[in-house]
Amino acid sequence: MLKALTRMVVAAAFVISAGSSLAADSFITVASTTSTANSGLFDDVLPLFQKKTGIEVRVVAVGTGQALKLARNGDADVLFVHHKPSEEAFVADGFGIERFDVMYNDFVIVGPMADPAGVAGMREAAAALEKVAGAQAPFASRGDDSGTHKKELGLWKTAGVDVTAQSGTWYRETGSGMGATLNTGIGMDAYILTDRGTWLSFKNRGDHKVLVEGDPVLFNQYGVILVNPEKHPHVKAELGQKFIDWVISAEGQKAIGAFKINGEQLFTPNASKGGA
Amino acid sequence: MTDFGAAFAAAFRLVVTLDANLVEIVLLSLRVSLGAVAIATLIGMPLGAIVALFRFPGRTGAVVVLNALMGLPPVVVGLIVYLLLSRAGPLGVLGLLFTPTAMVIAQVILVTPIIAALTRQVIDDLWGEYAEQLRSLGAGPAQALPTLLWDGRFTLLIAVLAGFGRASAEVGAVMIVGGNIDHVTRVMTTAIALEVSKGDLALALGLGLILIALSLGINGTAYVLKGAAQWRSV
Repeated sequence: MLKALTRMVVAAAFVISAGSSLAADSFITVASTTSTANSGLFDDVLPLFQKKTGIEVRVVAVGTGQALKLARNGDADVLFVHHKPSEEAFVADGFGIERFDVMYNDFVIVGPMADPAGVAGMREAAAALEKVAGAQAPFASRGDDSGTHKKELGLWKTAGVDVTAQSGTWYRETGSGMGATLNTGIGMDAYILTDRGTWLSFKNRGDHKVLVEGDPVLFNQYGVILVNPEKHPHVKAELGQKFIDWVISAEGQKAIGAFKINGEQLFTPNASKGGA
Repeated sequence: MTDFGAAFAAAFRLVVTLDANLVEIVLLSLRVSLGAVAIATLIGMPLGAIVALFRFPGRTGAVVVLNALMGLPPVVVGLIVYLLLSRAGPLGVLGLLFTPTAMVIAQVILVTPIIAALTRQVIDDLWGEYAEQLRSLGAGPAQALPTLLWDGRFTLLIAVLAGFGRASAEVGAVMIVGGNIDHVTRVMTTAIALEVSKGDLALALGLGLILIALSLGINGTAYVLKGAAQWRSV
């Protein structure tokens, strides 16, 4: 028995120590959104940065709401999300140093080919949602306090539809990430607001297609913020700043613009050097 | 349902080509889950045996709680461990969040009650059988504890395997405390969740098939080893 126990202790110690020895010396943790990570942008761009600087970037991809919370708790060095009002509040509250514009993509409304609400080809997003509500056609919402969810709620407000009263009827909140919501929404022939990047790289599209696009209000601006080391002294401010400097530099911006899926550019770089 | 065919094809392709990413993810999964099970065994088995052998006030309550904790929801355990390990939490200074160690900690919490509860039942039964005999040899519960654990080792294997099953299959806890970071904390279950969220259902199911095969392999190995050891000890 004792021998068996000793063997197990040794095995356990080995397992744990093997875990820590794998970690690279210089890395930063970036709290970002599923829409950015799922599109494949980071897989494409981050190796360039690591090659140049030797800094490994570890991305934790969650909804914007959770990413903000992680950064507030000091569990990330850099915040890379897409909801400007929340980001500005994050900086104003002293949790972030400064916010920089990085790039934008756009949201689109996808829906079933049959299009029961008849919104195909419409340009004005809020008007399209009003028609969806009028037809009581199923609509799948993220319902997870993410940037996409916040954008969607803003559009409903413009459309003058009170969706909270409809939750559970034709308006269905999945409370999960973009991909999971697309899977669910496609399964129930629902309309869905999604960012174009996730949609283009998404594989399980069923007979859904993009029905509404091009409204300027559907612009989706991404920002990057260094977490304030005064709030959280362990934040790797120097390495994090290097990452931010690179992302908004000509080289980083070029890499973002060069990322394509099926020949389509997903993100348009628009950093204005010297601050947003 | 062409997805099923595509899933088998995806699994086959990944295994045959020994896809480097897959190997990395499988090894990390094994390291985290086997590590957690090893630690949980060290804690859970003596704990279960003590509850089985000793009479103390509140023992019935302890048994019920132990049994109930087998059903700890992984996502809740993940959340608790996150709050403890977060930089804003009490253990934040350790900087363990988003590391394999954090994942091991969460799984130890999930697996220990399973091993302890099953061990308690096994030892309880054995004690019922041998109590008189052991007492006549002058052995009380304290002396009987190691004997019974050793005697019941083949039956107790099922407790360890049940624990491993829980650890290797759960996604809720490791997703929150690990963060599913590529090349750092991505394991089989979080990789499957990621592929589902990308809508690549075939690849997700393919990874699932590999995970099931892996579990089958480990249980098969345990069965063969147990058989060999039992044969030797006869």
